[in-house]
Amino acid sequence: MILDTVLTTSTAMVAQTAGLLDTDSFLVSMLLKVALVIGLFLSLPLIVGYMEHKAMARLQHRRGPMFAGPAGSLQLVADGIKFIQKEDVIPRAADKWVFAIAPGMALVPALLIFFVLPFGPGVWAADLELGLFYALAITSISVLGVMMGGWASANKFSLIGGLRAAGQLIAYELPLILAAIAVAVQAGSLSLVGIVESQATFMVAGTDINVWFVFPQILGFTIFFVAALAELSRPPFDMPIADSELVFGYMTEYTGLKFAMYLLTEYAGMVSMSALMVVLYLGGWQILPGVPLPGCEAGGGLFDCGVLGTLIGVGVVMGKILMLTFVMVWLRVAYPRLREDQLQRMSWLVLVPLSLVNLAVVAVAKVVF
Amino acid sequence: MTGYDVVFVLVGLVTAGAAMLTVTSKNLVHAALHLAVTLAGIAGVFLVLHADFLALVQLIVYVGAVTVLFLFGLMLTRAPIGREALDSQNRGLGLAVAGGLFVTLSALIVMAYGGAERVTPQRVATEDIGISIFRDWVLPFEVLSMLLLAALIGAIVLARREAGDSGEAQDQTIIDFGDAPRDEQGGPGATPAGAGGAAELGSGDTTTSAGERR
Repeated sequence: MILDTVLTTSTAMVAQTAGLLDTDSFLVSMLLKVALVIGLFLSLPLIVGYMEHKAMARLQHRRGPMFAGPAGSLQLVADGIKFIQKEDVIPRAADKWVFAIAPGMALVPALLIFFVLPFGPGVWAADLELGLFYALAITSISVLGVMMGGWASANKFSLIGGLRAAGQLIAYELPLILAAIAVAVQAGSLSLVGIVESQATFMVAGTDINVWFVFPQILGFTIFFVAALAELSRPPFDMPIADSELVFGYMTEYTGLKFAMYLLTEYAGMVSMSALMVVLYLGGWQILPGVPLPGCEAGGGLFDCGVLGTLIGVGVVMGKILMLTFVMVWLRVAYPRLREDQLQRMSWLVLVPLSLVNLAVVAVAKVVF
Repeated sequence: MTGYDVVFVLVGLVTAGAAMLTVTSKNLVHAALHLAVTLAGIAGVFLVLHADFLALVQLIVYVGAVTVLFLFGLMLTRAPIGREALDSQNRGLGLAVAGGLFVTLSALIVMAYGGAERVTPQRVATEDIGISIFRDWVLPFEVLSMLLLAALIGAIVLARREAGDSGEAQDQTIIDFGDAPRDEQGGPGATPAGAGGAAELGSGDTTTSAGERR
């Protein structure tokens, strides 16, 4: 579908010979979209990272970074400069090509997800008919980068880290997808924008009270949240990099920019998973259930909101994403790491059956009501 | 020649090249990684042919799951870490089998579809695909799912026999959330002993059961 847009518009452009500065022209809109996505991809993880620094510090009775910029807000920029300056060490026994490609292999899927995420009314790069499926399919690829890194490092700790990451992904992808399917069933759409739209018109049966999907599907939301944490290897599910057992797992041998790419992958993953949860369960850019944004009461409170409405909508989405990522940080501080077998047990014996039950209940309820 | 044709040829070349590398590379993990590129390339072919849904299924099933399982199995068992090579010396046989299959399959495809009319691929809405599967093709779909279930159960049975005599009571470490690990003998009825004693008990039982098997 993306390819389709690219190709049809490019052939159309040759026919019409549209000017490069014509706002309707394909190139400009494409460049703007790519710029939007890359800008968000590079800035949101930094904001989340700073929030994590500060929130973790406060939860642990510290103050966190204080000196780089106002209240330490430029700490991650300083970290980035530090990463660039570091020597790029490649172990002698390592498989050089695989070792070098691996961080990029992990990073690119994390970037590609951002193309379908709606960040506000009209603020998205592409509204695919299969948006949800696309996001889930792309997520499943990034583990290849982790496994490649773990293997190519020629280090047993790295290898075990890579293996754990793969086992964890296989175990938690299933509940994640099953929980997402339940939402798609309830919304009757796989398009992320379509799901937001259907939440705005979803009423409690027999009344005209508008609710988000998180209320009928609180079980599904919980499953999705836990599975997303595990997919991202966030504590308490960070066995792939368990620093007390595996040094630093698959990232042990990585330095400088390559290490920074793995880190960026993790934080971008936090953002994109949170954005998915906002879209699937938390009503997208609606402030409250049934409350339209200012300026777009006409379009069902969702589209054509004008400048002010669009900005508020983007702010609402960002606020919800920050709240969800804060909960992820909170869980990191609050809970100790699970053991590898506990993790597998929890997925196969708890989450998978629960998500199947959830799916069955939602499907029956969809038909009955 | 439209843009689609150009992209189709490029994707096809990448896929074919990666497929060649898959069978010629001396390192098993490299072969698996090239296989991932091949399978992703096939997803690209589907994408060019307007089969978006199929392309994403290809991506999630083959690249995201099958290749990951391959790599997982390889790394868990015999993949040499780093740059070492592991090569089976079956080039000739492999070439013969692959060549024979290629000739047979291309002959079959040409015979079956050679005279077919050329059509421009059209996108089908995902909804229509779903309706078609679950209304017109629901029986084959269910039969396929039974086949997969049988394969799954078969795999579990095989794996269980490997670990011990299938179905026999064996030692297992039972872990509850928040508990320290404790060894239990057999089922859930047994009382947990002290950590050290239980471990001894466990190791003793394993040896006896192994002896019985011999």
